[in-house]
Amino acid sequence: MREQKTIFQNIDWVMTGLFLALVVLGWMNIYAAVYNDEHNSIFDISQKYGKQMLWITGAIIIALVVLIIDANFFTAFPYPMYIISTIMLIAVIFFGREISGSHSWFRFGDFGLQPAEFGKFAVGLALAKYMSGLNIHAADLKTKAIAFFIILFPAGIIVMEKEAGTALVYIAFIFVLFREGFSGNFLLGGFFTILLLILALLVNKIVLVIVLAIIAIAIGLFIWVSSRNKKKAKRGLLGVFAILVIASFAVFGVDTAFSKMKGHQKTRINVFLGKEVDKEMKKKAGYNINQSLIAIGSGGVAGKGFLQGTQTKYEFVPEQSTDFIFCTVGEEWGFLGCTFILSLFLALILRIIFVAERQRSAFSRIYGYGVASILFFHITVNVGMTIGLAPVIGIPLPFFSYGGSSLWAFTILLFVFIKLDSNRLLILR
Amino acid sequence: MSAQYSDRKYVIIAIFSSIILIFLARLFYIQVIDDQYKLTARNQAFRYMTDYPARGNIFDRKGRRLVYNQAAYDLMVIPRQVKDFDTAEFCTIIGIDKDQFEKKMLKAILPPNSSRKPSIFEKEISVEHSAILQERLYKFQGFFLQPRTLRKYPEPIAGHLLGYVGEVSEKITDTSSYYRDGDYIGISGMEKAYEIPLRGIKGTHIEVVDVHNRPMGSYMNGIYDTIAVAGKDLVCSLDAVLQEYGEKLMQNKIGSIVAIDPSTGEILAFVSSPGYDPNLLIGSTLPKNFRLLQQDSLKPLFNRALMASYPPGSTFKLVMSLVGQNEKVISKSTTFFCAGGYNYGGARPLKCDAHHGSLDLTAGISRSCNTYFCNVFRSVMDNKKYKKMEDVFTVWRNYAISFGIGAHLNTDIPNELRGSLPTIERYNKIFGEHRWHTSTIISLAIGQGELGITPLQNANVVCIIANKGFYYIPHTVKSIGKNPNDPSLLRFKEKHYAQVTDTAYYNVVIEAMNEVVKHGTAAASQIPGIDYCAKTGTAENKRVINGKVIQLKDHSMFIAFAPKENPKIAIAVTVENAGWGASWAAPIASLMIEKYLTDSVSRPEIEKKMLDADIIHTNIIGKQKGY
Ligand SMILES: [Zn+2]
Repeated sequence: MREQKTIFQNIDWVMTGLFLALVVLGWMNIYAAVYNDEHNSIFDISQKYGKQMLWITGAIIIALVVLIIDANFFTAFPYPMYIISTIMLIAVIFFGREISGSHSWFRFGDFGLQPAEFGKFAVGLALAKYMSGLNIHAADLKTKAIAFFIILFPAGIIVMEKEAGTALVYIAFIFVLFREGFSGNFLLGGFFTILLLILALLVNKIVLVIVLAIIAIAIGLFIWVSSRNKKKAKRGLLGVFAILVIASFAVFGVDTAFSKMKGHQKTRINVFLGKEVDKEMKKKAGYNINQSLIAIGSGGVAGKGFLQGTQTKYEFVPEQSTDFIFCTVGEEWGFLGCTFILSLFLALILRIIFVAERQRSAFSRIYGYGVASILFFHITVNVGMTIGLAPVIGIPLPFFSYGGSSLWAFTILLFVFIKLDSNRLLILR
Repeated sequence: MSAQYSDRKYVIIAIFSSIILIFLARLFYIQVIDDQYKLTARNQAFRYMTDYPARGNIFDRKGRRLVYNQAAYDLMVIPRQVKDFDTAEFCTIIGIDKDQFEKKMLKAILPPNSSRKPSIFEKEISVEHSAILQERLYKFQGFFLQPRTLRKYPEPIAGHLLGYVGEVSEKITDTSSYYRDGDYIGISGMEKAYEIPLRGIKGTHIEVVDVHNRPMGSYMNGIYDTIAVAGKDLVCSLDAVLQEYGEKLMQNKIGSIVAIDPSTGEILAFVSSPGYDPNLLIGSTLPKNFRLLQQDSLKPLFNRALMASYPPGSTFKLVMSLVGQNEKVISKSTTFFCAGGYNYGGARPLKCDAHHGSLDLTAGISRSCNTYFCNVFRSVMDNKKYKKMEDVFTVWRNYAISFGIGAHLNTDIPNELRGSLPTIERYNKIFGEHRWHTSTIISLAIGQGELGITPLQNANVVCIIANKGFYYIPHTVKSIGKNPNDPSLLRFKEKHYAQVTDTAYYNVVIEAMNEVVKHGTAAASQIPGIDYCAKTGTAENKRVINGKVIQLKDHSMFIAFAPKENPKIAIAVTVENAGWGASWAAPIASLMIEKYLTDSVSRPEIEKKMLDADIIHTNIIGKQKGY
């Protein structure tokens, strides 16, 4: 083994540079989003932008700590970390402070911590650990069951915390499984699950189940008639039937799942779907999407210029420093700014995939894909929401949105991978 | 395992990249192609605040104030900003009850108003109320007072001429880029004619507001703001004292007085009676009062000086004398014999009031002999110089037009009536082509028949005679701002010549008119120390009632200019249903002349008689008069 001279040795500067660029740009945009003349210093810690500076400082310290810790720590203890994370997720339901209907925050004075944000990291590590194990074959039913359990167990707990939006992020791990050899059907399955969820909210459920049943019977008949091997056909029929039952449960379960969602979140999704009963609520939530579109749309090609935004700065856009921070980019920097920021994000994700592929260790590679998938899912849902292409689900834009928990969670997620990569020549598994 | 599925990275990269591309396409659409969001953003965050400049004042020719601005306040409300408050106290202050309060509040919220935008809660709060309100406004969040200006008239005179100001109609806001809903605009009179210099130019400043509608300062330090330009004051040609005197003389009478300075064309007095107090047509009281005035059977809104048409009668005889001389078919010494009427072969001869006997031109004019002028007319029309009736008629007609009869004078007062001057086509239609002759249209000779002239045109003919051949377009404005040579006023400095320009011809007419005052029908209206020229007249007043033509009491008419040498005032007075011109119109005109030239009145008993006379209520429908 070679001895490491500094913690910065073998660090991937592309990822690190993109990270720093996004964090600083995020900070500037928070400054613009909530700017006010009385506190015009970006370092004023009574304001969100001053606080974000502290969060960023903390994030850099965390990044350094992650780089200092021996890489073996991350490969050795994923399961204990997974268990601790899960306990925290459960504990927060009982001991967490209730904030707008959800029990997902621990509060220590001014400082808040959301275990769900860190849960993604634990699941990423645990999944990597399990999937990189010896004699693990994607085709095995047991492998599938355990992999899905690792992913869905914490997601289920998070749903119970009434943070359905955050739970949805775990669907992102399907990309990891796909890369590791799970059938492409799972990817399609994930896609259809989302489609079915949206349809179930949109169309009459009984009609939907009847249509699904007819399709299933048609496919079953086709299998039965066209197949010579009746034993195989029987299994096929069983599969189709199983899918039908699961789909039906999913369809009827949607209501239950969504009724557990935060009140405002439920409305937001219904608004996106154009299906809203309560007119007053529709006005409120539709207003958010509309204001977001107005802010971004009014930016034009080159934007209104730094601090010149009116829609975000003057509170037309809701939650303009957190979930809707992309509006500030759109309004003040225009199409060119949006293109630049999305390019940085895509560059980071592609770089992570590239780096993941060069790992000799399966663990590092699988973990890397986890990081890329989670970042991708967050960006898709968050940006998609602001431009009216995704339901309004309150999840942050990585590195950009105001707030410590999410920034630190993404920092840990990314830097653990950077650390693993810097040791790629040393680690075999 | 890694190598086995390594190709799958391309699938994942493709999915990730295509999602980002879809986002970019969507962003390109909403940011670059679709403009609706930019517009909405402006509407939401920008308040285009209008700065209304003060409207120009109007002064009379001697600097006396005719119109000025009075401060008033509108109580505005932004419903969204209203917090709980003591509605009872609030209602008491502005003097409304709870029901009205709720109605007004609802009106401010419902479209086209909006709870986010300011709208008028109560118009024109009185000065006392606004002072009380201002003190307690801190208790009523969401309400504020917006200053605005109302027109105010120190003397209740010249309503018809000054016109009034009111809210713009939808028709104007639809077609004009300047006016917005709720803006004020001159609707009639000088306020309309001089709207552009009077109003000035509105300014705008863009104020950025936040989502709670709180002002956040000006946009980009005001680089897109425009500064309001104040309206210009007008110096009106009216003499306020003369105008007020004229209106007093005409009280309880129907009719008009138009007085013009012939040497400039400036209108000195412009009375239409009955008139109205211009202070009635102000601000929020305007619609109600306007309706009341409209329903008045005496039509006080009707500007008789400008829009009523009367047979020109005697005035036209003067014009015919000039035309006859100019056509060289008569001269000063031409004599005709009057046996009490002119028989043109029709059913009824045109009668004279007396057997005038043998008359020369001067006597014909001063005694207003119908027979004499029928002969003058025939001499003109039967002139061998012209081959066809149509040719000579056209010549005659052009003379009339050159005297401003039957044509717009293009004065600066809006809605000027043209009057009537018959055309060849009209006679062809009535009598058939080539089937009308001098005798068919003989009543034109004495200014009757198809002729109609407005009091303004009548006074203008007097100006032509006073000036011996030309006139300036009668107008009401001496200067705009301090500039008497404003481009829009230059047209009033041009001389317009009548087709008769030989001063000798005019001298004959002037001498005859002087004779009217010295020894004729206006002898009773002589003014001590002022030698002037005049002509009395009556206009027949026929009206069709229940399908029958009924002769009503004649209109009393009088024209004059004074003094005879170097005239300073030309005047036309019409008193409807008052009978002989000498009895009412002449004394009124003479009082006006004296007042203007000497600033005093030396004949108090005549003045008193004129002031006290109530012709409306005693003579509204005069006794029938038949031939
Ligand atoms: Zn006679």
